Amino acid sequence: MQHHIVLQVVAKVLLPLILLYALYVQFHGDFGPGGGFQAGVLFAVGLILYGLIYGVDTLQRVISPDVLRTLMASGVLLYAGVGVLGIFMGGQYLDYGVLAQDPLQGQHWGIFFVELGVGITVASVMTSLFYAFAG
Amino acid sequence: MMLLTAHLPILQVILPLIAAPLCVLLRGPRLAWGLSVLASWGCFAIAIALLRQVLAEGSVSYALGGWAAPWGIEYRVDVVNAFVLLIVSGISSVVLSGARAGIEAEVAKDRIELLYTCWLLCLAGFLGIAVTGDTFNVFVFLEISAISSYALIALSGRRRALIASFRYLIMGTVGATFIVIGVGLLYMVTGTLNMADIGARLPAVAESRTVAAAFAFLTVGIGLKMALFPLHLWLPNAYTYAPAPVTAFFAGTATKVAVYLLLRFTFTIFGADYAFATVAMEWILLPLAVLGIFSASLVAIFQLDVKRLLAWSSIAQIGYMVLGISLVSVTGLTASTLHLFNHALIKSALFMTMACVFYRIGSTQLADFAGLGRRMPWTMAAFVVGGLSLIGIPLTVGFVSKWYLILALLERGWWPLSVFVVLSSLLAVMYVWRVVEMAYLQPATSNAKPCEAPASILIPTWALVLANLYFGIDSSLTVGIAQRAAESLLGVSS
Repeated sequence: MQHHIVLQVVAKVLLPLILLYALYVQFHGDFGPGGGFQAGVLFAVGLILYGLIYGVDTLQRVISPDVLRTLMASGVLLYAGVGVLGIFMGGQYLDYGVLAQDPLQGQHWGIFFVELGVGITVASVMTSLFYAFAG
Repeated sequence: MMLLTAHLPILQVILPLIAAPLCVLLRGPRLAWGLSVLASWGCFAIAIALLRQVLAEGSVSYALGGWAAPWGIEYRVDVVNAFVLLIVSGISSVVLSGARAGIEAEVAKDRIELLYTCWLLCLAGFLGIAVTGDTFNVFVFLEISAISSYALIALSGRRRALIASFRYLIMGTVGATFIVIGVGLLYMVTGTLNMADIGARLPAVAESRTVAAAFAFLTVGIGLKMALFPLHLWLPNAYTYAPAPVTAFFAGTATKVAVYLLLRFTFTIFGADYAFATVAMEWILLPLAVLGIFSASLVAIFQLDVKRLLAWSSIAQIGYMVLGISLVSVTGLTASTLHLFNHALIKSALFMTMACVFYRIGSTQLADFAGLGRRMPWTMAAFVVGGLSLIGIPLTVGFVSKWYLILALLERGWWPLSVFVVLSSLLAVMYVWRVVEMAYLQPATSNAKPCEAPASILIPTWALVLANLYFGIDSSLTVGIAQRAAESLLGVSS
């Protein structure tokens, strides 16, 4: 691994920025361009870059395939759960307006959690695909 | 409970959709199976409740997220799709109940819960296609069901399953792409994706080339999905190499949902006037149906693998459904809708017997069926009854379907075709007889012992077989619903 020293150092510098940018795209998605899908891909790109340079085994110590499987399923559940919550709060499925006193605030929360679910699932699916081909 | 009855259309889809990721989290093959069985029967209960609601009060509409149609996604259930929901969820529930042993025998241990996840996703996709009133939503659910079915086929341990799955993936993707192109073209001319809304706006622009292109793309795309002759080549391998219970599930659901789509797009969106008066679709569908029935039945006779034989027979049966559609009459559509239900019962029962045989013998090659009538009496008896139903012997559902099809043909005065339908049943006699002859009249190999399939597979198999007989004797319920469905498709009120 010695001859990859430049790559390793650059990756270490870039990695936090990539992950931070992913989180920015995720959490700022309801005000600016972005959202769960793009954020999930960006986050996974960070992880995959780490895996490419430091080896798949090292990445699997950070995040194991088992954890990814759980995350994949939880993301979908979070999305569907927010929808079902809408029903229990007296609206239609995926009706965010009823999630809070103020419908505008409700829409805001609804899309926030739904996109978080998307982000988690997309990031873990992308990383799993990387494991499937590289592992 | 009062609260939930208003949400039945969406619960129909989200129940399996939520159960699917839960199966991944449960991490136990048995637990995952239990949960999927529960979810599937739950869907069946919802489908029954929906059908009752629709029969009593007329069609039900549900606005997703509270966004009113045509801007938001609308779920719209009338008699036609309530019937399809019932078929799909019913077949899935019965087959899934008997699937555990067969799947544990055929699928790698660490992938079993993933198989149930895919099964539920596939079910959610099929139910979603049927329940939605939005054309783009149809495409989304089509992809959900298609991608999970590729995985379901590939999960069988055999290497040939991978090639079968890949071929299905290519053909399925072409089909889905054609469908989305068709939907896009419709959106271009009407500016809406809601089915009812497109249906209302199309007559004003019906002359345009764009609409004709949309119609062509949609018909070919759906034709691929339903394995309409000559777009059927993906089906035999996919059905042969998938795990046996999965085949039983697909045989009763996948092509049925595609036939429903053809009905919906042709009659609700384009309207019978456009499809049959302007474009003359019956002169495309009718020859294809007749050729499909004849050639696929003929190919079925020469198959050496019984699962493959049944798969070819499925292609022929699609022909009967399309033949009914191409008559554009209430009786013809009744026959088609009825055959959706009846053929789902017939083929799922037959493929369940294949699951029994594969579980014990480890093969479905015709040669290995020698003496099986003695070794697996209950399984082969189920096959015989299912086979008789496939041929169309009175007192079985197959007879009821063919009866109505022949009535519809005679109504149009096309008696040569009704003779053809009767003669084509003789081809079915030939391929069913080959299996029966091998099982009952050929001696078993020397050291073969009785090896009846376990009750966990046999009971659901026989439940399907008995349903074949019950709905063959008392067809008033199914015929009544099919007739109302046909009337609503053609816009004739009874």
